[in-house]
Amino acid sequence: MQDEPTPIELTKSVADFLRNEITPLISGHQAFKLRVAINILDLVTRQLTREEGSDAAEVERLRALLGMDGSLIELNRTLAMRIAKGEIDLATPGLAEHLWQTTMDKLAVDQPNYASYKRELSRGG
Amino acid sequence: MIEAELSRSVARWCPGATGVAGAAKLSGGASQETWRFDIVHPDGLIGAILRRSPKGYGAAPTRAAGLAAEAQLMQLAYEAGVPSPRVMHVLTPEDDLGTGFIMQRIEGETIARKILRDEEFAAARPLLARQIGDVLAGLHKLPLHKLPELRRMTAAKEVDEFERDYRSLNWPKPVFELALRWLRDHDPGPSAEETLVHGDFRNGNLIIGADGIRAVLDWELAHLGDPMEDLGWVCVNSWRFGEIDKPVGGFGSREELFAGYEAAGRKVDPPRVKFWEVMGTLRWGIMCGGMMQRFREGPDHSMERAMIGRRASETEIDLLRLLAPRGS
Repeated sequence: MQDEPTPIELTKSVADFLRNEITPLISGHQAFKLRVAINILDLVTRQLTREEGSDAAEVERLRALLGMDGSLIELNRTLAMRIAKGEIDLATPGLAEHLWQTTMDKLAVDQPNYASYKRELSRGG
Repeated sequence: MIEAELSRSVARWCPGATGVAGAAKLSGGASQETWRFDIVHPDGLIGAILRRSPKGYGAAPTRAAGLAAEAQLMQLAYEAGVPSPRVMHVLTPEDDLGTGFIMQRIEGETIARKILRDEEFAAARPLLARQIGDVLAGLHKLPLHKLPELRRMTAAKEVDEFERDYRSLNWPKPVFELALRWLRDHDPGPSAEETLVHGDFRNGNLIIGADGIRAVLDWELAHLGDPMEDLGWVCVNSWRFGEIDKPVGGFGSREELFAGYEAAGRKVDPPRVKFWEVMGTLRWGIMCGGMMQRFREGPDHSMERAMIGRRASETEIDLLRLLAPRGS
């Protein structure tokens, strides 16, 4: 078991430093690059915060949907293959809900300000 | 310095030109090298743009029409009254600038978010959806016999290409699988009518002024195919930049787009437009995956490219909104 602070706290401290203390000093293309860098650190922080929980829930849904066990990537490969073959489609109970939940969990990490995501979130998740 | 080569070039084809000034590489237009510069002339500076081959770096190199074809298409569009820059010179080997062309520089804005938010464009915005319809109709009316050699594409061929690109990423995306399947099941078949298709007509590739559309840019993905492809692509949510209730580039409604297109004497097939919107959403998603791949394997190991890879999920939510909408 590793010591503290956690990766989440460490990453966040770097992002906050860049945002609050370096941003005011920089302009032009370097400022644009700095914004991208801060966005990356924020994304990593969100992923570290959420990934464990959302991955575990995704595995549970995939097991139920596919009736089999496996790692997250194996289960996703199987789901992808079965959709490609037409064995599973939107008429399959649970598929639409699973894809929606998985996609919402991705957007929560990748682009929480994306307008489509915010619209769907306002529908209640 | 590029200015030395440009100065020698303009002296050859621009009578009276004494040199060039202010050459600067432009950011934006991620797949081709684009430079702005001024031709120094006794009558005053002439604004110009150089487009030249990117040297092993392009959005979809196998799909690009090529810069020579691009130059020819822009010139044809210009002559037909479609807003487009005039092509001033096609590069030759003695220019020593690579392959490409030099065109007139048109002032205006291409950055989508500025066009959608800035006061300067407030009067133009409500007119743009309809104007896009009119411009697309003009573009689709360009006479086939005058066009350069172009790829011929159908929906089925595009789905095949996207599937191959997606599989090469070797990263399972169930939502993309669902979209591929939907596209195969809903393929409307070859279009009854084949026209020039711009291939990347969207908010971001248009020069906009306070008066509306001033030029259509980025013809590199031009091909022959179903004209409804351009109408679908311009509606893809990624090009609405947050204005998600205004499908046409964040400017206005499909009805306005269709009205502009039909007023210019062409017919719209709405189900085909929807099909191409789904196709376009998947296309951008797969392109994001390609950015991830190029980030990982080089040559462009930039943070920007890495972050575009993380935008594939935006197209997944948009595909779900199109194919499996939740009750409102």
